[in-house]
Amino acid sequence: MSKVLLETVGLCKHFGDNKAVDGLSIKFRAGKVHTILGENGCGKSTTLKMLAGVHAPTFGSVLRNGKNVEFKSPRDSRDNGIAIIFQELSLCNNLTVAENIFANNEPHRFGVIDSKKILSDAEAILNKYHIPISAEIKVGSLSMAQRQLVEIAKGLSYPSDVVIFDEPTSSLSDSEVEILFNIISELKSENKSIIYVSHKMAEIMRISDEITVMRDGQYIDTVNKEETSIDPLITMMVGREMNDIYPSKNESVSEIGDLALSVKSLTNPNAFHNVSFDLHAGEVVGFFGLVGAGRSDVMNALFGMLPYEGEIIIKGKKVTIETPIIAIKNGIAFVTENRKEEGLVLDHSVHINCNLASFERIATRGLINEQAEVSQTEESIKRMNIRVQNRLQSVGSLSGGNQQKIVLAKWLERQPDILILDEPTRGVDVGAKYEIYSIIRELTEKGTAVILVSSELPEVMNMSDRLFVMREKKLVKEFKTKGLTQDQVMVYATGVDSND
Amino acid sequence: MIKGFFREYAGILGGLLILCLVSSFLSEYFWSVNNVTNIVLQTSIVAIVAFGMTYAILLAGIDLSVGSIVALTGLVLVIGLTNGLPFSLMLPIALLVAVFCGFSNGLITTWLGVHPFIVTMSFMGIWRGVAMLTSDGQAVSLYDNAPFEYIFNGYLFGIPFPIIILLSMIALNHFVLSKTTFGRRVYIVGGNPEAAAYSGINVSKTTIYSYMITGLMAGVGGVMLASRMFSAQPTAANGMELDAIAACVLGGTSLTGGRGTIIGTLIGALIIAVLSNVMSLMNVDFFVSLIVKGVVILIAVGIDVYKNKRKAA
Repeated sequence: MSKVLLETVGLCKHFGDNKAVDGLSIKFRAGKVHTILGENGCGKSTTLKMLAGVHAPTFGSVLRNGKNVEFKSPRDSRDNGIAIIFQELSLCNNLTVAENIFANNEPHRFGVIDSKKILSDAEAILNKYHIPISAEIKVGSLSMAQRQLVEIAKGLSYPSDVVIFDEPTSSLSDSEVEILFNIISELKSENKSIIYVSHKMAEIMRISDEITVMRDGQYIDTVNKEETSIDPLITMMVGREMNDIYPSKNESVSEIGDLALSVKSLTNPNAFHNVSFDLHAGEVVGFFGLVGAGRSDVMNALFGMLPYEGEIIIKGKKVTIETPIIAIKNGIAFVTENRKEEGLVLDHSVHINCNLASFERIATRGLINEQAEVSQTEESIKRMNIRVQNRLQSVGSLSGGNQQKIVLAKWLERQPDILILDEPTRGVDVGAKYEIYSIIRELTEKGTAVILVSSELPEVMNMSDRLFVMREKKLVKEFKTKGLTQDQVMVYATGVDSND
Repeated sequence: MIKGFFREYAGILGGLLILCLVSSFLSEYFWSVNNVTNIVLQTSIVAIVAFGMTYAILLAGIDLSVGSIVALTGLVLVIGLTNGLPFSLMLPIALLVAVFCGFSNGLITTWLGVHPFIVTMSFMGIWRGVAMLTSDGQAVSLYDNAPFEYIFNGYLFGIPFPIIILLSMIALNHFVLSKTTFGRRVYIVGGNPEAAAYSGINVSKTTIYSYMITGLMAGVGGVMLASRMFSAQPTAANGMELDAIAACVLGGTSLTGGRGTIIGTLIGALIIAVLSNVMSLMNVDFFVSLIVKGVVILIAVGIDVYKNKRKAA
């Protein structure tokens, strides 16, 4: 057994009556990747925040190389050789990659920043971990995925032997995930201890050595990867048997209905070219592609947020969708990939957000119908199994899964004919994922046409009837998902054509 | 309902009560009917202008031009009346001018996509300049016009008419913001304009309408101020925008948008009025009173920020 670099002993964090973390004891070893797994709200983030010096533990202790340590601030934790890379980006867009990597840690002489050294040191870090980004470029001109890699490089610029990743792949596409995994194996070979938090079972099974499962703030178990598989892990996580990750389709209603939407040579010179497809009532059509392939832009155009050329035909009638208002009038609903920015008003209550798209509809002559709204909210909370204290709680305080259900609820109130879902399960735990999938099934059985955009290949393959692959702003392939393999799809998504 | 009301406004309501209590010790004259009426009369104009300002701030915007609109509206009204036009014609015209000023603010803000601070700051100068030009920089007095004088000096059922106007503006704006779909749109657009657009709300229209209401309220204030002074002055209400903003902020309206109420703004305006009143009763030097007002606003905002931080943690 390798050396224990970091250990928690009976770690607890209580917020009033709420026991966010309750008695956590884990050993993190040198040269190992240790994954902490659990649903949203299980206490993973709180645990990381205690290791990062953001929260002080209520009880219990943290041992560093066997010695008791107390982190009073993030700086304390960093000075103790713990590097944490959080999901949220903390980069300045107007500074270069190099300047960002050494922000607040600039090499200097007599208080004057040594720009040459910044550049050379940054290049050294980027090269060491094989991150293909120039150190001189402004961060503002990078894609979200590239920024995430810069954030990682920034975290690694401090001397450390414990590196913590908090859901690092949530905004990465597959090629960047490979870069990340190379970084992690590089860190492993340097005999560092890696703590990894993620929802994605496939990648957890790929890179972890040890896995600790948490549920409702409680420590459940720590297992070696070799001795386990996805199913028992999920059972431990949700605390009940889950026979399937995806709800099965009701085959008795497998007949697809009338043409709901027909898109002909949709083009926006900057975003996508010549996109054509049909969508039927009761059908789920998947859109897959790497980050930047133009999937979301097509959906934004269908919803009136991006100008387009070409034709959109809804129920046999040609429509010109210039604004979301027109799209909504034509029965389209759009759950965007950024629920916090585009889907919800975080400061406002569950009640306001559930009725966000329908309050005008159930109003009479400009007056809000309070009673109808309240019953609608209560119904949504029950139907979607949204876990809230009461309907006046602000949605900003809810977990990702519950927030996403509220975005869905806000649209389902309008009973849309065409529902566009862009990454509907990003940052959502397994239990809530299953519930969202079940809602999709339920809707299609009632005749709703669904477009499902996702970067998770298993998700689009299992949920869709047909699958479109986009690459470099073009639709390159249509598949029937029955009997399809992931490799077949990836060939088209990456463009690495095998010439046979 | 009543319980909810007290919970929501506990902080500032408590502040107002403490202020009144301290004031009653400092001056025995404070609680006299005359003085209390005086406070309400004094605050009525600023409060109504602040109600309009609440819409702008709820949208995470601001309207720096309200003081100039107050002056311009008063001038339009009084110049019309001195030229023999009837009050029943000039009142709507003056208010329309105010609405037009607000419309300009809203239109250019949404059209150029510039922060309303810049747009309304420009219009603050423009409307003030127009007011100066139309009156040659001179005050225009007007006596012996009964309906005009009645606005601020009349009584209805024994109650001073400006208080009636104040009460109806409270009711009107509270109703609009809390009971209508337009009010809901204001809160949503202010809370998250992107989510509002993606939910099918017309953000530009909501913004323009809101600034029109801000203008209208400044217009109502302008008519009242002219009636109170028996004249219109191109320099009137200079700096009133700051008092209105202070009332909103004291009343818990968040400058980041989406949070605030008319009742809060009313209490905020009353706090400022009581403070000014008690300091003048005690003959506190005017310059000192400016400092005291500034400090009180900072303390109130500090408490609000602290409370929100604790709620978030």
